[in-house]
Amino acid sequence: MVDFLIKIAVIALYTTIAMLVGILFMGIGRKIVARVHNRVGPPVYQGFIDIAKLLTKKTNISHGWIYDLALLFSLTGIILTILFLPIGGVKLLGTEGDAFLVLYLLAIPALGFALGAGASGNPNAAIGVMRALVMMLSYELPFVITMIALMIYYDTSSIAQIVELQRARWAIMIPPFMLAAAVADMALQGMLMEAPFDIPTAPHEIASGPMAEFGGKHLGSLMLYKAGTIVAYTTLFVDLFLGGGVVMHDGSILSYIVNFAVWFLLILLIFTLSLLINASFPRFRIEQAFKFYWKYEALLAFISLIWVYLMVIS
Amino acid sequence: MRYEEWNKISRIASRKSLWMLHFCTGCGAVELPPVMTSRYDMERFGMGPMATPRQADVLLITGYLTVKTLKRVVNVYEQMQSPKYVISFGSCPINGGMYWDSYNTVKRLDRYLPVDVYVGGCMPRPEGVMNAFLELMKLIDEGKARGWEKYQKYYEQYKRNQKMAFGFERGKNEGD
Repeated sequence: MVDFLIKIAVIALYTTIAMLVGILFMGIGRKIVARVHNRVGPPVYQGFIDIAKLLTKKTNISHGWIYDLALLFSLTGIILTILFLPIGGVKLLGTEGDAFLVLYLLAIPALGFALGAGASGNPNAAIGVMRALVMMLSYELPFVITMIALMIYYDTSSIAQIVELQRARWAIMIPPFMLAAAVADMALQGMLMEAPFDIPTAPHEIASGPMAEFGGKHLGSLMLYKAGTIVAYTTLFVDLFLGGGVVMHDGSILSYIVNFAVWFLLILLIFTLSLLINASFPRFRIEQAFKFYWKYEALLAFISLIWVYLMVIS
Repeated sequence: MRYEEWNKISRIASRKSLWMLHFCTGCGAVELPPVMTSRYDMERFGMGPMATPRQADVLLITGYLTVKTLKRVVNVYEQMQSPKYVISFGSCPINGGMYWDSYNTVKRLDRYLPVDVYVGGCMPRPEGVMNAFLELMKLIDEGKARGWEKYQKYYEQYKRNQKMAFGFERGKNEGD
């Protein structure tokens, strides 16, 4: 019973920290993009102010109960995804075979988002949702192939175990996974909806797409969801290729703190890389993005998969 | 008392993160790119452009309004979520400016929408625009930017004026 309560407390703590880190990253991201544009940019805590403002709005227009509940659906989905990923080497809900589970869970929040946007009834939102789903279909193929390569190499389908087996050296230091990591990083770009793959939420073409009708508290929860996705996707990348940021293994209090700090720095690094790409490229049209992922990225991912397979059988 | 404190937090948050929707009529829209980009950089104050009225807090009326565009502006304003603010650019929304004797231009915007801050000039320079934003932030902080409450309170009068301008009712000629 006490163990159970402690587990719940730890899960609540990690969820809170992950969401706070995500909101902080939104501010850091705007600051980095501003510096690339040679501007001063907002303060790094801007994300907190924005969310506080949206949640304290006096009027909140609803477009029916699906619109209200879909946001909770996507927020819950993203929190569940975070809980299945080892953060700083700490396994919260991970079990055997959770790599497949995470692949499914990653689709749930996006579908919830699509449901809410569809319920709002705006034609721009419908176009945006269609593009977001095509984008999801595009980036998942190369990403799944890289994940299969990892599963074959480490002979496990548990993310926690993949992190554990990277103790000696990180996956990114093994030649075929350098290629796979490059592919996965571009897939991450699509997951985070940063340029050149930000056509689903393009503000100029389709009036920010799925978000077109969101305002007030609804937009506030959507921003919380966005903060969650930043942490979830970057953590997934760090867990798969950078050893989850685990550098100390002795299980002391200090090792938890150090691992957590390293995890934070690594996801910040990955996020910064993604933002620098975002700040320097224009956006692809949806069919160009689709072609990019299925033609070039999938090919590279497949090469890395065959390479890994040959390494394993030899 | 607690409601007042909550309002204060809400005011601080909304002062530091004003998302704007620029309704680009007239010539004021051209003053906004320098304000947004690296020369003046309004994002320092947490301001930024937004794509739709639902997401925005500040409506910028950048120049003169014809009666036809006024209909759209009223639609856009009513779609925004409270608390919402209006900034009007240039002398046209104040007294008609150079369109003072035009038959289809709205002379006083204040009769149709509650304006919180006016920026004078024809057109105001980006410095003036920045100054207006800072003034709006000050007013919000002091709790004086109450245009949206005024619109709710005097909704009948505003609607009557708007209908008169649109010509739904026979009445006094618009704009005197």
